[in-house]
Amino acid sequence: MSLTLLNVIVAVVIAIAFAAVNAAYLVWAERRGAARIQRRPGPNINGPFGLLQPPADGIKLMTKQLMIPGGADKILFMVAPVLAMVPAIMSFVTIPFSEGIVARNMDIGVLMIFAFASMGAMAILFAGWGSRNKYAVMASVRAVSQSVSYEIPMLITAITVIMVNGSMDLKAISLNQAGGFWHWNIFPSLQSPLMPISFIIFFICSLAETNRAPFDLGEAESELVAGFHTEYGSMGFGLFFMGEYANIVIGACLTTILFLGGWGCPFGLFPGVWWFLLKIYLLIATFIWIRWTFPRTTIYGLLNLSWKILIPISLFNLLLTAGLLKVF
Amino acid sequence: MSAPIQLRPDETFILNVGPQHPATHGVLRVKMQMDGEYIVKAETVLGYVHRMHEKMGENRTYAQYLPNLSRLDYLGALGYTHGHVLAIERAAGIEVPERAEYIRAITVELNRVASHLFWFGAFVMDLGGFSPLMYAIQDREHILDMLEAVTGARLTYCYYRFGGLYNDVDDDFIEAAKRFIPRMRKSLKKYDALVTGNIIFRKRLEGIAPVSAEMCRKYGATGPVARGSGINFDVRKNEPYSVYPEFDFDVPVYHECDSMARYKVRMDEMEQSLRIIEQGLEKLPDGPVMAEKKPKNIKLPVGDFYQAVETARGSFGIRIVSDGDKNAYRLKLRSPTYSNMHLFDEACEGMLIMDALAFMGSLDLVIPEMDR
Repeated sequence: MSLTLLNVIVAVVIAIAFAAVNAAYLVWAERRGAARIQRRPGPNINGPFGLLQPPADGIKLMTKQLMIPGGADKILFMVAPVLAMVPAIMSFVTIPFSEGIVARNMDIGVLMIFAFASMGAMAILFAGWGSRNKYAVMASVRAVSQSVSYEIPMLITAITVIMVNGSMDLKAISLNQAGGFWHWNIFPSLQSPLMPISFIIFFICSLAETNRAPFDLGEAESELVAGFHTEYGSMGFGLFFMGEYANIVIGACLTTILFLGGWGCPFGLFPGVWWFLLKIYLLIATFIWIRWTFPRTTIYGLLNLSWKILIPISLFNLLLTAGLLKVF
Repeated sequence: MSAPIQLRPDETFILNVGPQHPATHGVLRVKMQMDGEYIVKAETVLGYVHRMHEKMGENRTYAQYLPNLSRLDYLGALGYTHGHVLAIERAAGIEVPERAEYIRAITVELNRVASHLFWFGAFVMDLGGFSPLMYAIQDREHILDMLEAVTGARLTYCYYRFGGLYNDVDDDFIEAAKRFIPRMRKSLKKYDALVTGNIIFRKRLEGIAPVSAEMCRKYGATGPVARGSGINFDVRKNEPYSVYPEFDFDVPVYHECDSMARYKVRMDEMEQSLRIIEQGLEKLPDGPVMAEKKPKNIKLPVGDFYQAVETARGSFGIRIVSDGDKNAYRLKLRSPTYSNMHLFDEACEGMLIMDALAFMGSLDLVIPEMDR
C-alpha cells in the first residue's frame, strides 16, 4: 500500500517538474521563435543559444519585491496567481505520455482536465477584481466571457471524440487510435465523417482557452496595458506566465491524445513517448507561429465566432456522430 | 486603504488612457467616460511635451531656428524643415539652385516613406500583430542609413539651409536610393500579402470609425486622414511648391471613410513617393546646391508670410510675421496631427475601446508634433 502511494507521489512530482520545466523553456522557445519570425536574434547571451535565460528570468522574478497596490483585495490578489498555476500543472497528472508513462491514470481523465481548465478563468477573474484597476477588471471580464464561450464548443467536440472512442480514459482513447495514422481520430471515419472540422474547432478553442493571440483579449497590451495582470510584478506575474505556458502544453497534449493518436507512430512503428513529445512540440510551434502572425480579434468578433459558427457546427457534428453511431 | 471606486449614478466610469499608455505612442492623455467597454465621451488632454517651439522661433534668429523644426515630428522631420526654408526663401527672395530642390524633394519623399513605414508597423502593433513592425523597421533602416550618410543625422535632420543644402549628395546615396526602390516595392507587396489581406485585420478596420468629409473639414483634418474620407487635397498638387509640379504622381483618395481607407491611403502613398524618388533621381540636374547670392544674416522684409507643405501627416503650415528684424515677430506652426487628433473626441463616441484605439492608430499621431 505504502509503496503504491510512494509511486504515485514520485510520478506526480515528475509530472509537475515536467510541467514547470516546459513552462519555463516554452518562454525561451517562444522568444526564439518570435525572433526567428521577426528576423532578429532573440535571447542569445545567457548560455548556448540563450538557454540559461529562463533560470535567469526566474531568479530575477523571484528576487523582486511583491507589490500589492493600495486598496487591492489582498487575499484575492495573492490567491489568483497560484490559482492560475496549480490547476494547469495538476492537469499533467492524468496525461499519458506513453503506455507506461502516466502519473495517475483515471477513467475520467478528459473530465478532470476540463474541470481544471475551467479554474483558469476564475484565476483571471480574481486577479482582475482583486487588483483594483479598471483595465484589469475590463480585461478579466473579457477573458471570462471568452473562456465561457469557448469551453462550450471545446467540450462538445471532446464529447464527440469520447462517443466515437467509447471512453473518457485518455489512455484508452490513445490506444484506440494505435497502429498508423489512418486510425487517428482526426481523419474521417464511417461513424464520424466531420472529424477534421472537429479538430479545427478544438484547435481554435484551445488557442482561445489559453488566452493567446489572436484571442489574447484578456491581456490586450495595446489597449488594456497588460490586461488582468497589469498590477502584478515579481513572481505573481511569473506564476501567471508559467500558468499560461503550462496551459499551452496541456492544450497541445489534449489535442494530441484526442485527435492525433497520442504516442502512436504515424506508420505503426516504435510507438512511444518520443512520438508524443514530437507531436505536442509541433502543435506548440504552430501556436507560437500563429501568435506572431495574426493581429488580435475584437471581442464581438470573438464571441460571434464561437456562438454563431463554432457551437452550431460542433452541435451538428455531435448529433450526426450520435446518429451514425446508432446506424453503424 | 484608498477609497473604493465610485460609480456615477448612470454607472459610467472614467478611464484615464495615458499619459503613459501603450496605445497613445507618446504622452497623450485621453479621459474617457466609459459605459462598460463603450466610450460615452472622450476628452483628449494635450500639453505633456509642450516645448514652446513657437516662442523659441520668436527669440531665435531664422538660422538658429532651423534645428527646432526637426524636433516637431521625429518620424518625418525633413518635411517640416522643408516648409520652414521654403517660407524664408520666398519671403527673402532667395533663389534656390534646381539641384538643391530636387535633392530636397527626393529626401523628403524618402523620409515620408520612412515615416509611413513606421506608422504601418506601429499601427499593426496596435491591433496586436507584432511581426510587421520588425519588417517595417528593417526597411526603414535602409532609408535612415541613406539619410544619415548625407545629412549626418538619423531622425532630427538639419539638412536644408536657406538657399540650398548643407552638402551635396554623393554617388553612394544615389546608388543606394536606386537600389532601394525595387526592394521597397517588393516589401510593399509582402506587406499587402501579410497584412492587408488578413481577415482579422480587415474585420477590425473595414467600416470601423467612419470619419465623414464634413467632420474632416470641421476640424481641419488634412493628409491621409482627409484623403481617406474622400477629400482630394494634397498640398503638393493643390498649392504646388518646390519642384513637385515636374513630377508625375497620383494622390490616392478613398471614399470609404473608415480606418481601412486611411490605411490604404498611406500604403498607396508609399508607392507614389517611390515614383517621385525614381523620377527625381532620373531628372537630377548637375550644378551647385547652394545659392550664390545669399545674405549672411537673413532679415525678412516687414510682412506676413505663410508656406504650406505636405508632410507625412498632412499639411503643415508655417506663418511668419516679420517686423524687419533678424528674428520673427510672431511665428505660428500649423501642425497637421493637432487638427487630425481633434476628430478623435467626436468620432469615438459610442465606439468600443478597442476600435477607438485602433482608430487612434489610424490617425498617425506623433505627440511631440502635436504639442510643439
